[in-house]
Amino acid sequence: MSENTKQNYLNHPKGIMSWLLTLDHKRIGLMYLFSGILFFFLGGLLALVMRFELAAPGNDIISNEVYNNAYTLHGAIMIFLFIIPAIPGALGNILLPLMVGAKDVAFPRLNLASFYIYSFGALFAMYTIINGGVDTGWTFYTPYSTQSTSNVVPMTLGIFIIGFSSILTGLNFIATVHKMRIPGLTWYKLPLFVWALYGTSLVQITATPVLAITMVLLMLERFLGIGIFDPALGGDPVLYQHFFWFYSHPAVYIMILPAFGIISEIIPVHSRKKIWGYKFIAYSTLSIAFIGFLVWGHHMFTSGQSVFSQIVFSFITYFVGIPTGVKIFSWILTMYKGQVSFTPPMFYALAFLFLFTIGGLTGIFLGAVALDIHLHDTYFVVAHFHYVMQGGTIVAFLGGLHHWWPKSFGVMYNQTIANIAALGVFIGFNGTFFPQFLLGLRGMPRRYATYDEQFVELHSYSTFWSGILGISIFIAVMNLFWSFVKKNKVDPGSNPWGGMTLEWTHTSSPPHPHNFEEEPVLQHGPYDYDKVIVEKTYKK
Amino acid sequence: MGHHNPDSPSHLKHYFHDVNQQYETSKFAMWAFILTEVLTFAGLFVAYIVYRSWYPDMFVDAHKLLDVNKGLMNTIVLITSSLTMALAIWAIQKNNKKLSVVMLVATFIFALVFLGIKYLEYSHKFEVGQLPGEFYSYMGPDAAHLNNPHIFFSIYFIMTGLHGLHVAIGMGLIAWLIYSTQKGNLTSEYYTPMEMIGIFWHLVDLIWIYLFPLFYLIG
Repeated sequence: MSENTKQNYLNHPKGIMSWLLTLDHKRIGLMYLFSGILFFFLGGLLALVMRFELAAPGNDIISNEVYNNAYTLHGAIMIFLFIIPAIPGALGNILLPLMVGAKDVAFPRLNLASFYIYSFGALFAMYTIINGGVDTGWTFYTPYSTQSTSNVVPMTLGIFIIGFSSILTGLNFIATVHKMRIPGLTWYKLPLFVWALYGTSLVQITATPVLAITMVLLMLERFLGIGIFDPALGGDPVLYQHFFWFYSHPAVYIMILPAFGIISEIIPVHSRKKIWGYKFIAYSTLSIAFIGFLVWGHHMFTSGQSVFSQIVFSFITYFVGIPTGVKIFSWILTMYKGQVSFTPPMFYALAFLFLFTIGGLTGIFLGAVALDIHLHDTYFVVAHFHYVMQGGTIVAFLGGLHHWWPKSFGVMYNQTIANIAALGVFIGFNGTFFPQFLLGLRGMPRRYATYDEQFVELHSYSTFWSGILGISIFIAVMNLFWSFVKKNKVDPGSNPWGGMTLEWTHTSSPPHPHNFEEEPVLQHGPYDYDKVIVEKTYKK
Repeated sequence: MGHHNPDSPSHLKHYFHDVNQQYETSKFAMWAFILTEVLTFAGLFVAYIVYRSWYPDMFVDAHKLLDVNKGLMNTIVLITSSLTMALAIWAIQKNNKKLSVVMLVATFIFALVFLGIKYLEYSHKFEVGQLPGEFYSYMGPDAAHLNNPHIFFSIYFIMTGLHGLHVAIGMGLIAWLIYSTQKGNLTSEYYTPMEMIGIFWHLVDLIWIYLFPLFYLIG
């Protein structure tokens, strides 16, 4: 290795301003990563406060009002400040240009602007907390959200602003995928994480504008009483729900598609086997993105829809199960007869397969009108979307962090601790949320600070395991950060998992400030384990 | 930096291979951005359709309260500004800097006229109380029988207001184009910003082409 390899994007250039004004996608990615993790912990703390309140019936720790604020802020922070920006913003930013062989994203200045717009929006959300919270639930349903005296405006304004960041990142990524690939890197040779980011970005640019305009209408309703959502003025509060879910259902796919992409990278690399059904996975990403726009009405089965709309939305909802099932089976078939190694990323990928499958299947329960009317607004729904969002997205995110940690920082974490923490996350997660399916089936409504005696056992069980879950996630993340202190450096040329995509084969760990010392020349596809032998190299 | 090919032009960013890739990327992203704009307005068009179907009679009668002549004038002004914008691009392609600047200035002035006429319309509505939602107070004989006319004016003000905001933003961008073209930064070799802002300006025009009949004409 030449002298040049000592220079990487982390140490060159130096100085705080070189970070704050950086146009380097990798540094911008890290800024998203650290702010995302910060909000993840904040949202997680709120969740634990709620779980401990629910350990026993009655208001033991917090009042009903504080509880309302806690679940609203938990939802809004986790969704708008962590999950939606974190995977595309952090892992997407760091990896996308590397994976397509580019020196940067298509519009580096716009990329930095996205980060600052996100930060600016986050300030409004933080102001909401300091100023006494917001109690409408993260969905801001009218008419309550137009009457509530809590901080609806600062929070919705924050979400409106963050929406622009999301749109600009989506635009940037789409242009990057279309126009910045190196010669020879055709669509079917792209790593599947790139396909996933592409699908995510498509949804971001098409759905987020509708959320933006919905938030504007909600704010105008509060300021000017425009009457659009107010029945007293001839308007319709259900129209708000249509607008909101027209964005927020596709937003579910903004949250889960990047996770699918991460799993599509981890499983072939850690099974050392060519991915099964590359085109199936690629196209299922696009079809999920498309079908996602046609199913928003399944959030509104109890909002006074006509029976006809209920049947149509229910029918289309089932279709989401097809491309999702295609992906799950493709991943399982990829592992079949592969050399599966039980590394921390693989542990998370396996946990993902279990948890996401449960989340996905219970989604089909909820897509059925007759069942949903019974289960609507119960803990069954809470359990379902946590299996998808946390068991799916966050577990995949943790897996992705462990997979690309040595690439991003050039250091290796303690793999034994990482595996134990992953196991703790898996068990703690199931212990926390599986009882909630049962609670929901037995009629426990969501968003209540207290409950009847009959639910004590399941609730206290859920609370106990939520503590284990919280501690496990904390250990997992601290174990990653501890690798900075330990300085357990990997060799700059190493490829610890034997990855075949450009970020593993053509640049150092951590990468060069301009990504590649010279433009990479594509030698093989992203998962050609059947054709080429890639050595796993850890240290010299 | 320092990797610059000596014969590559100064406007070529270091992370692109060549001028063509840079141009294609900008154009692609601009069209994607136009898509987001269309979707932003789409939400409002949906609100329009929903309330028009709820209150068909009110929409028909309330639209008569709008000033068709001013609306028509604005339509002509905006379409003409689209023409001058296109001519500015044509002129810079021919390397005719002077004509390009003249056309950009004309576009800017047309935009200003548009907002001026809009201001007259709005101020009249403010005076008589044809306002959105709770602020609606118009008691004229031609509106006495209307069912929830404030909904019509809510949608009218939000849609034309958002469109007006786009006109104002467009004016800022055109002003910057006038400055850059005059300074000689844009030439027949490189005029991507003008083309991109041109696309944006045509979109602003196009949205008005929909707003005008929907609010002023159809009864």
